[in-house]
Amino acid sequence: MSVRVYVPADTTALAVGAEEVALAIAAGAAARGVSIELVRNGSRGLFWLEPMVEVATPAGRVAYGPVDVADVPGLLDAGFLTGGDHPLALGPTDDIPFLRQQERLTFARVGVVDPLSLDDYAAHGGLVGLRAALAMSASEIVQAVTDSGLRGRGGAAFPAGIKWRTVLGAPGIEKYVVCNADEGDSGTFSDRMLLEGDPFCLIEGMVIAGLAVGANRGYVYLRSEYPRAWSVVNAALKRAREAGLLGDDVLGSGRAFDIEARLGGGAYICGEETAMLESIEGKRGQVRTKPPLPAVKGLFGKPTVINNLITLASVPVILAKGAAFYRDFGQGRSLGTLPFQLAGNVRRGGLVEKAFGLTLRALLEDFGGGTASGRPIRAVQVGGPLGAYVPPADFDLPLDYEAFAARGAMIGHGGVVVFDDTVDMARMARFAMEFCAEESCGKCTPCRIGSTRGMEVIDRIIAGDERAANTALLQDLCSLMTDGSLCAMGGMTPFPVQSALRHFPADFGLDSGEAQ
Amino acid sequence: MPHAAIVQRLIAAHPPRQDALLPILHAIQDELGWVPPKATTAIAQALNLSRAEVHGVISFYHHFRTSPPGRQVIQLCRAEACQARGSEALEAHALAALGVGYHQTTADGAVSLEPVYCLGNCACGPSLRVGDQIIGRVDAARFDRLLANLREELP
Repeated sequence: MSVRVYVPADTTALAVGAEEVALAIAAGAAARGVSIELVRNGSRGLFWLEPMVEVATPAGRVAYGPVDVADVPGLLDAGFLTGGDHPLALGPTDDIPFLRQQERLTFARVGVVDPLSLDDYAAHGGLVGLRAALAMSASEIVQAVTDSGLRGRGGAAFPAGIKWRTVLGAPGIEKYVVCNADEGDSGTFSDRMLLEGDPFCLIEGMVIAGLAVGANRGYVYLRSEYPRAWSVVNAALKRAREAGLLGDDVLGSGRAFDIEARLGGGAYICGEETAMLESIEGKRGQVRTKPPLPAVKGLFGKPTVINNLITLASVPVILAKGAAFYRDFGQGRSLGTLPFQLAGNVRRGGLVEKAFGLTLRALLEDFGGGTASGRPIRAVQVGGPLGAYVPPADFDLPLDYEAFAARGAMIGHGGVVVFDDTVDMARMARFAMEFCAEESCGKCTPCRIGSTRGMEVIDRIIAGDERAANTALLQDLCSLMTDGSLCAMGGMTPFPVQSALRHFPADFGLDSGEAQ
Repeated sequence: MPHAAIVQRLIAAHPPRQDALLPILHAIQDELGWVPPKATTAIAQALNLSRAEVHGVISFYHHFRTSPPGRQVIQLCRAEACQARGSEALEAHALAALGVGYHQTTADGAVSLEPVYCLGNCACGPSLRVGDQIIGRVDAARFDRLLANLREELP
């Protein structure tokens, strides 16, 4: 019998050499006359250990990493194919503290299964939620999602059940389910990991959403910056159609649902839901005014459920294990789990799925282990380019939507970018405006013009030109962008700018009184 | 095959509806490396759109190029997570090593340089993309090796 060996084909694993390692293991095993079955799984999300190779042994899966292609002969000599000891041995994968301390509900299968094997998917709990949903009425499915407390994981944290209820109640025969996988925030990669590691989970979640709201067609909108995810999701859609999970007769139920994947064009703004609809319709990705809500008049003018990929991928476990099971994780109004993403200058970067409520400090220290550079953390940006910079004094803040909002910050899509004490926060504030100027859709003036003026004002402050007056001007501009922009792009770009000013005035050459 | 014939073939492979516009543009750029200006007219006719509408879409999305790129395109990530790992130093090195700015091509036509905002490799930056390959933990030395390899591979 051949040995199962897992070498991830996740973007990050490939970016640090997993392909070469996989080829070397295959060639080395063949040269030694050992038969192996090489599985190209997703990543477990322990990125500092990638390429992390796993071997299935009678006692369970054991891990080795980070494996360089030059380590492969030594690993083979040490008998790693039977779990042999080696300096890179990490022991049983599930016992690695970074993984053991997580609560993986949405990511239960990512890195575990062969991403394109429906048999593997079903063997690890897949399709249980969909089968349960097929036995329920649309209203019952919506109620289960409402009761679970699931809120939108894209950033806005709107209750998913309420959105679904609106679409279910909207008149019309033609409705759509749109998955927002336009994961443009720097420091986030959970959508990508799930697509590359467990694409059937998203497909299952979208089919359930379709049953719940009465839609029979879905779209997945993906970024052109994710070539690997694009190829995996298209392969998964093809297999799902062949296996009858998608099509005119979903799992023999007589219900129809199919999904088409669409590729964006490198425009950050298309992660905004109405800009994304425009893009799918073949137009410039410009934001629509609301109302009407997309739930009433969305894609092609029809009622449309738009959810983030992680929201949809959390639905199968809710239907499989019940709303109460999911709701038991988390605290307050932030229920369930969130896949946090540790990024930037962090020693142990990767994916941490935990119930809401743990502190930022626990995430940064217990999981992240501090900075990669070994220097002190000076700031972290939570929630992507539109998220606030949080100073160490606030690290005891619990990761909870309301707690963050109360501090003028947001959890967003769960990305946490770590900076050490060499960071210049005035430059980061300037970059926030520069990014907004680059990516603004141009529809509203506060965002289109404000971002460029913001960059210029920050330049003047940095240059020491009438600092106090220009700081007052910058604060005024920030309020105007917050209040006057059509969407979160212009409306939230002030978050990183004002938080940098508030917490790090010295970087702008200001004392703390002047910065306000 | 001349560009016009390729463009016609790719247009014909899609339904004649406005929402096929981005898929058609991707198909053209995937095959030719860019979207030739003459394609605008052909697409507009096939989808019953004005040329202005098609041009507006092409020019809105950073991904689409309206001039031919070098034989290889390097995209450097400029976003925050890569900055936290020193991407600004890498950027300065890359610009100097290639002797070009963003959206420019080296004099020998070998390499074009483009900025990109996040490749989803945020725990192992600085990151760059060549073709469909994403490479992590890139420093100046690694960039130079990559460049030497690219130039060697080129025809």
